Amino acid sequence: MPNTDTKTAIVARGLTRRFGDVIAVDNLDLTVERAQVYGFLGPNGSGKSTTIRMLCGLLLPSSGDIEVLGYKIPQQAEALKRRIGYMTQKFSLYDDLTVFENLDFVAAVHELTRANARTRIAELLKVYWLEELRGQLAGTLSGGQKQRLGLAAAVLHKPELLLLDEPTSAVDPQSRREFWDSLFALVDAGTTILVSTHYMDEAERCHRLAILDHGRLVADGAPRELAQALPGQALLVECDVPRGAQKVLTGFRGITAMAQIGASLRVLADGGDAQRVRIAAHLREAGIEAKVEPTTANLEDVFVAATRHSSVATSAPEKAK
Amino acid sequence: MNLRRLFSIVIKELRQLRRDRLTFAMIVGIPTMQLLVFGYAINMDIRHLDAAVLDQAQTWQSRELVVTLGQTGVMDFKYRLHAPQEIDTLLREGRISAALVIPPDFERRLIEQDRAALQIVVDGSDQIVQQAARQLAALPLASLLKPAPGVQVNNVEIVNFYNPERRAPINTVPGLIGVILTMTMVLFTAMAIVRERERGNLEFLIATPVSPAELTLGKVLPFIGIGLLQVTVVLTLGVLIFKVPINGSLLDVYGAALAFIIASLSLGVFLSTLAKTQFQAMQLAMFTFLPQILLSGFMFPFAGMPWPAQWLAEIFPMTHFIRLIRGIMLRAATLRDLWHELAALAAFCVVVLTIAVLRTRKRLD
Repeated sequence: MPNTDTKTAIVARGLTRRFGDVIAVDNLDLTVERAQVYGFLGPNGSGKSTTIRMLCGLLLPSSGDIEVLGYKIPQQAEALKRRIGYMTQKFSLYDDLTVFENLDFVAAVHELTRANARTRIAELLKVYWLEELRGQLAGTLSGGQKQRLGLAAAVLHKPELLLLDEPTSAVDPQSRREFWDSLFALVDAGTTILVSTHYMDEAERCHRLAILDHGRLVADGAPRELAQALPGQALLVECDVPRGAQKVLTGFRGITAMAQIGASLRVLADGGDAQRVRIAAHLREAGIEAKVEPTTANLEDVFVAATRHSSVATSAPEKAK
Repeated sequence: MNLRRLFSIVIKELRQLRRDRLTFAMIVGIPTMQLLVFGYAINMDIRHLDAAVLDQAQTWQSRELVVTLGQTGVMDFKYRLHAPQEIDTLLREGRISAALVIPPDFERRLIEQDRAALQIVVDGSDQIVQQAARQLAALPLASLLKPAPGVQVNNVEIVNFYNPERRAPINTVPGLIGVILTMTMVLFTAMAIVRERERGNLEFLIATPVSPAELTLGKVLPFIGIGLLQVTVVLTLGVLIFKVPINGSLLDVYGAALAFIIASLSLGVFLSTLAKTQFQAMQLAMFTFLPQILLSGFMFPFAGMPWPAQWLAEIFPMTHFIRLIRGIMLRAATLRDLWHELAALAAFCVVVLTIAVLRTRKRLD
């Protein structure tokens, strides 16, 4: 029997998956602690979905070892499936069943007894504000409502591990916030959550974060640690012509990325204070009077810095097919 | 196999089916429509062919013959001709499908029996008309020429068992059960299973403890009930409207239908493992549907087919079902009499389902 008392929920070593010539996931090492929200951040095609699918046994890895909740995957995937909840990117419950019928079906699939199913469904309808919608066809729900129903279905059998593949990609900001509140409530109850996203604000809320790029793990740590450990610095260039400044600085040695934020220009640069002075001087030479000040690095800076190296365009497919 | 889970899948399917008005309408609509169309329109027993008569004998016997042949209803003599060339023209222009030629020495030929006494010219471009001509050629002339003095005509007498009135629906309706079941059962199952994949439900389901066997069986079970319902519709309408007899036991009819439904569902399950989209599933279903109809003996006589076609037809479940259902409904045979046809259906199910199960994996790749 797999040991369930360990502190780690997921361990993956050298995880690789190829689709033909394309390497979707490339030699990934992962460790996910229990009762945490672990985030996968990455652009489309970075291998997030493929990794999640391999972790729950839906896809076979080309190579590498996976252990989830103590089960060897893919060999013991069937046993694992009783203890995980999986929410797909696309709504995958039945559009032509009502909210209640969907949950009733999922309860039976997980072998809940009729009595248990009734109390559990009543509980979930309440927690996820679905009581008034119980008789409504799932296909007619709004994006946020569908998301809540999907989550209710995924946690119906009280799984120890929840795998969520871009759960909020079609949901408005208000619903997204509520959705994340629900996730933390689950973590409080001891659930481990692995969630993929391409929203920075969501990534910021994770206990721990893995940044994926072209199937490779390019950063792994707590969001704040990652920002603090950022090599180089984030600078704020304030001037009258931020667009002009961006033009002048394009191709300047030691600058990783630039982005205009309102009336100012955010610059990610190597080196220390000397570099900051050089940038100010360069702008002055070009006739732009600018104030260049250091600012606190945020997750976006981390993301940009982490993904810049692998800009070799081997676009890996996001989806399995 | 968890019974609660299986049952919940059946319930889910029925709930979805209830909301899918199109499929629901097709379940009863297809049998009714096809029965009426096939029952009324497809009448292989040709009647009222437009025809001409060229009577070169012009004796009382020849005139008698024309009247009698006219009364059989097979040919409507619309033209009375005087020269053989006119036949050519009328045939080419499509005004007639057949012409009766009575030679000048008709009576001598009848007596001497050395040559055919009369000739029927037919439009050979229509297979069905050819068949009708063959029917006519088989007509016993002796009984046509009732008083025929001293005439001995050695024609073969055809005694039509089981369908003495030669009514087409009696032959078509039992076979039609096969056509309707093939069409709907294969299509419905293949599409129902593929739909789950196409809509993304499957990705959720395979991450749960549900087994492929439970899922497949749960989706297929409701269709067994639906198939039996369709059989009931066709039988009821067939008996009420077309007066088709059920000479064998009704239980055997349903037994044969059940075996055939299961065979068709197995085929549907197999096709679902090949198709990625519902559209592909539909195309595949059509691909298996046509040869089954054409080669099963429903449309064309099995005995007349070349051996590769016969060999192929023996694989199809519909071939065996047509033999079963005609045997039971018309010849009052029992399932025990026709056990080998049942065995063939069972073998088909086992082989096809085994392949399907081997192809089913609880994974995305």
